[in-house]
Amino acid sequence: MNTYYHSVKLDRDLCRGCTTCLQHCPTEAIRIRDGKAQIDGRFCVDCGECIRYCPHHAKLADYDRLDVLDEFEYTVALPAPSLYMQFRSLEDTNIVLNALKEMGFSDVYEVSAAAELVSEATRKFLAEHDDGDPWISSACPSVVRLIMKRFPNLIDRVLPINPPIEVAARLAAKKAMADTGLPREKIGIIFISPCPAKMTYVHNPIGTDKSEVDRVVALKDVYQKILPYMKAVAGTDYPEIARSGKVGVSWGARGGEASGLFVTTYLAADGMENVLRVLDDIEDRKFSRLKFIELNACPGGCVGGVLAVENPFVSEVRLKTLRKYMPVSVSSIDENDLGALANTEPIEYEAVSTLGSTMEESFRLLGQAERIEKRLPGLDCGSCGAPNCKALSQDIVLGKASENDCVFILKDKIRELGERARELEDDLQGITNADTALSVVKEYARRLNKELGELDVE
Amino acid sequence: MSEPIVLKYKVTDGEFQHVGEASSSVKKELRALGVSPDALRRISVAMYEGEVNMVIHANGGTITVEITPQQVKMILDDVGPGIPDLEKAMQAGWSTAPDEIRNLGFGAGMGLPNMKANTDTMEIDTRVGEGTRITMTVNL
Repeated sequence: MNTYYHSVKLDRDLCRGCTTCLQHCPTEAIRIRDGKAQIDGRFCVDCGECIRYCPHHAKLADYDRLDVLDEFEYTVALPAPSLYMQFRSLEDTNIVLNALKEMGFSDVYEVSAAAELVSEATRKFLAEHDDGDPWISSACPSVVRLIMKRFPNLIDRVLPINPPIEVAARLAAKKAMADTGLPREKIGIIFISPCPAKMTYVHNPIGTDKSEVDRVVALKDVYQKILPYMKAVAGTDYPEIARSGKVGVSWGARGGEASGLFVTTYLAADGMENVLRVLDDIEDRKFSRLKFIELNACPGGCVGGVLAVENPFVSEVRLKTLRKYMPVSVSSIDENDLGALANTEPIEYEAVSTLGSTMEESFRLLGQAERIEKRLPGLDCGSCGAPNCKALSQDIVLGKASENDCVFILKDKIRELGERARELEDDLQGITNADTALSVVKEYARRLNKELGELDVE
Repeated sequence: MSEPIVLKYKVTDGEFQHVGEASSSVKKELRALGVSPDALRRISVAMYEGEVNMVIHANGGTITVEITPQQVKMILDDVGPGIPDLEKAMQAGWSTAPDEIRNLGFGAGMGLPNMKANTDTMEIDTRVGEGTRITMTVNL
């Protein structure tokens, strides 16, 4: 998987090698080596937790700058529903949509409008596939990627419906080509994203072989630029171009997607720790009679993404204000849209947690790791550069770390060296011949040197 | 034959909030081994049901998991009341769980049947008033 693209990156110059990201990474993808964090791309699902917690802002999200608008003859903005919740006392999404056009986009296509189509398709799918087990939302790419890597048994419970971002991109591209007569490559479909995971999705799509999104810009960048345009638009008799209601806009916050399904037996969980717990529980078949499970990697849902501006709890309150005068739902599926909705590629298991390349090898390594783990203090302090003692023990058997990376083991060994010095003192007692004493001291110095050399693992 | 990897878990009586911890932990180890998704699912379901049983009926107990490249063996030991009528207990839907347990969503009478259905072998050694040992294996 060398070609796999990650949107979460590290700025080595800013990284101080502290253990904050290490402790917060939900997939244990981070190690501190040589005083700097390293992200193992095989485990990372680009959830952005490390960006959220890094006190030195050394973790960065990769996204496109706003000047990508100049790359295309015609551009369509795809605002994520969470964009609307960034603005204080916004009561009409039309202001945001018109301001995006004033800002330089040729047209807008609301992701919340596509989300209403996904809600409708999901309602139909759930009614036709009511087999007693819950279906899992396909909307959050970090969650789906996590399922692909860690929960192979749940892969076939992920809704085989494209996420709203993709549905919006497909329909927007089709509309732009029809409106302008331009070839596809001259049209830029530009998603305004609250999170880095969507950038990863565009480069490594799930359930489809190619995403129709051309560029991903950060919600926070748009936020800064759009405010004066919104002010200007608000004072005019702006056209009503919004095509989504409560159902679509609510997708931006936790529980929004599920509430648009009009079923009561759903579960909505947010935040990676909770998501992991729920996935574990579904795998153990702990839930019965649930029809749908909505999972968001970010706390509060998409409004909690690391590229959003406002605190997700404030955003949730704003959503309520915004929804007040909205119709329930505006967009509905046209027969021509069906192709944009369905997955065309299977979602496949990526076994990344395996220790060895064969079961026998993995078994041998796991046994060794278990024995090493018993010798470790079990404090999960992270000082060794691994998130916990279990992870360190597995890194050791894979040759990526040494037992001396554990400060507690190292401390014991240094104490043993102190013992050697005392032995020397004892052995020198009673030796009167200077040459004999010198050779004893030399022998000790040689041994100490050797033992000290063994402590230095680098 | 290689020495099995042995994992031990304590299941505490009445601690519903911790039910599933042992099964989650075993899953983590089995993922590192590269156990097939199907075996992983069967083991985790059987263990989870076993944990629930121990919390509801048996005043808690211990779970010992022995892993070899060929097989996962789960031994559930408790010093609970024992199962007086094993035949009935093995019937789907038969439960002695009190109402307050059923209100929590447990006690549907599927515990032992689910454990049997998800494992390759299951042996129950139970003595009324002394306790129960359930030994389950899943072939890898």
